[in-house]
Amino acid sequence: MENRITELFIKKDKQILSIYFTAGYPELNDTKTIISTLEKHGADLIEVGMPFSDPVADGIVIQKSSEAALENGMTIHLLFEQLKEIRKHVSVPLILMGYLNPVMQFGIENFCKKCSEIGIDGTIIPDLPLEVYESEYKAIFETYSLSNIFLITPQTSDERIRKIDRLSSGFIYMVSSSSTTGAKEAVDQEQIAYFERIDKMCLRSKRLIGFGISDNRTFQRACSYSNGAIIGSAFITAITGDGEVENKVSQFMKKFDS
Amino acid sequence: MNYQSDENGYYGSFGGAFIPEMMHQNIDQLQNSYIDIIESKSFKDEFKLLLQDYAGRPSPLYYSDRLSDQYKTHIYLKREDLNHTGSHKINNTIGQILLAKRLGKTRIIAETGAGQHGVATATVCARAGLECIVYMGAVDVARQSPNVEKMKMLGAEVRAVQSGSKTLKDATNEAIRDWINNPVDTHYIIGSAVGPHPYPDMVARFQSVISEEIREQLKAKVGRETPDYVIACVGGGSNAAGSFYHFLNEPSVKLVAVEAAGKGVNTGESAATTQLGKPGILHGSRSLLMQTSDGQVVEPYSISAGLDYPGIGPMHANLYTTQRGQFLSATDTEALEAALYLSQKEGIIPALESAHALAALNKIEFKPDDIVVVNVSGRGDKDMETFLKYFQTVK
Repeated sequence: MENRITELFIKKDKQILSIYFTAGYPELNDTKTIISTLEKHGADLIEVGMPFSDPVADGIVIQKSSEAALENGMTIHLLFEQLKEIRKHVSVPLILMGYLNPVMQFGIENFCKKCSEIGIDGTIIPDLPLEVYESEYKAIFETYSLSNIFLITPQTSDERIRKIDRLSSGFIYMVSSSSTTGAKEAVDQEQIAYFERIDKMCLRSKRLIGFGISDNRTFQRACSYSNGAIIGSAFITAITGDGEVENKVSQFMKKFDS
Repeated sequence: MNYQSDENGYYGSFGGAFIPEMMHQNIDQLQNSYIDIIESKSFKDEFKLLLQDYAGRPSPLYYSDRLSDQYKTHIYLKREDLNHTGSHKINNTIGQILLAKRLGKTRIIAETGAGQHGVATATVCARAGLECIVYMGAVDVARQSPNVEKMKMLGAEVRAVQSGSKTLKDATNEAIRDWINNPVDTHYIIGSAVGPHPYPDMVARFQSVISEEIREQLKAKVGRETPDYVIACVGGGSNAAGSFYHFLNEPSVKLVAVEAAGKGVNTGESAATTQLGKPGILHGSRSLLMQTSDGQVVEPYSISAGLDYPGIGPMHANLYTTQRGQFLSATDTEALEAALYLSQKEGIIPALESAHALAALNKIEFKPDDIVVVNVSGRGDKDMETFLKYFQTVK
């Protein structure tokens, strides 16, 4: 079975715009509207966050959206229910992102099977370590043609990056600086040196840069060192507050029309 | 059967290191170096000397005539409450600050519930001249204010955490986030036997001086090294890990862990993880965890800030699952009554956490010749406000 992420990178390997949002936020049933509006306005990839009570890798914006989503009643079961017929409406690659515990309670195999039935293309599970994935989960993910995306950071050694590169399908998620999500933008020499170091490694995997990307300017700059970039906290901030969610999504995406 | 962790940090099926990539470098460095460092002669010498001259060890093993009379058996109290800073927490922070120095770290972060670990961390940082930031849930900041003031006086910065239930779990989340944002210069001194490998094993090793001393002291007092019972309270489980450590693989010693039942195990306001939890992942390790069917962590409750945690260290999860340990629980009221009883019969005001262990004495049928050791993990100064409030309502 073809994976939409792989197909995307065959068609386009520059300026990939990936958007993250938390399922169940701002309102419980906004999930489908947000996805179709994002696709309509040119998002190349969409990461749907599965909220968790204790998101340790996330900054305050995604913490708050997760808390609100859980209060609204979001669960993995409900998310799968909402996305049941999503492939009738959109063709953009979809990734589910969330922490390991809720996925484990759902059951890993069951989770992968559901993803495959619905047409989910990949997962990002920050607290599922590479080693555990390799020894326990890889075979299951491959059975269901799910790409599991790994993160690298400025601290990740070259040796480990090579290993991640070998194990990756989909793309490598390059965390732009040592931080939780939603960090303040700070492009310094150190960060540029990191981007250039990775660029020169000639990895086989495609690379998207995330954390601290908030507008077209930071997006363009990230793109000059990679295949594209991921926006999360800035998008969530943009869809918070009064107004129709569809309008807020459209407004945000207009910044990237070029 | 071996109840210590294996080389990958697993206690049976519990433990491991489930961490985001942002923490990999630091955890990997610790995993690869902690044994070599803490087993080196220079480390051992320095650690031992500080435990003795700075923390005041060995802590006494005190034979309690009056508790022994009351329960018709032989009860010894391991007096961790007499340590410098008022609890067992100092054992671990002395060990970890020496480790942090050897790793070249210049900034220390910690989480704290009751504030005992925060004070113990602020103390060793003051001595070492290192910057210290302590994360503490806003609820705990309010209910343990004497410890907050102490940390400040010791030169630490206390950051009140406003997320979630504003208690120990949330303080731990925030400390992890700090470490993710400051990976190069910072060491995270976890205070409990929780967290990703190697923390549970490392903390247990630093706390194991408690059971090492119990063996020596019992040998001197009664001519044998092993008691029939060791009783300790469990939140994350560092004092229990230390009290059990040198008895883990000796089945003749009954290990009794006492969890906080809060208002009652089935009231919805409890922190009795083994009764209410199932296997799950929080704060970097697989253990028992109080959670919803959807895998969201449930907010725990206990009157004792140090036991108010929805998980339990992986060593204890394994002791529970294999039935090597006996797990009991004590309610808020039972703990308060036990604290009052010890105060009035022995002149020792225990911490609310330790009072849970004492409350378990009512729940076990002892034989007259049993030797029972209860770990009094800390002293009750920090809890005076809670005690007074309770005694006013019941009088």
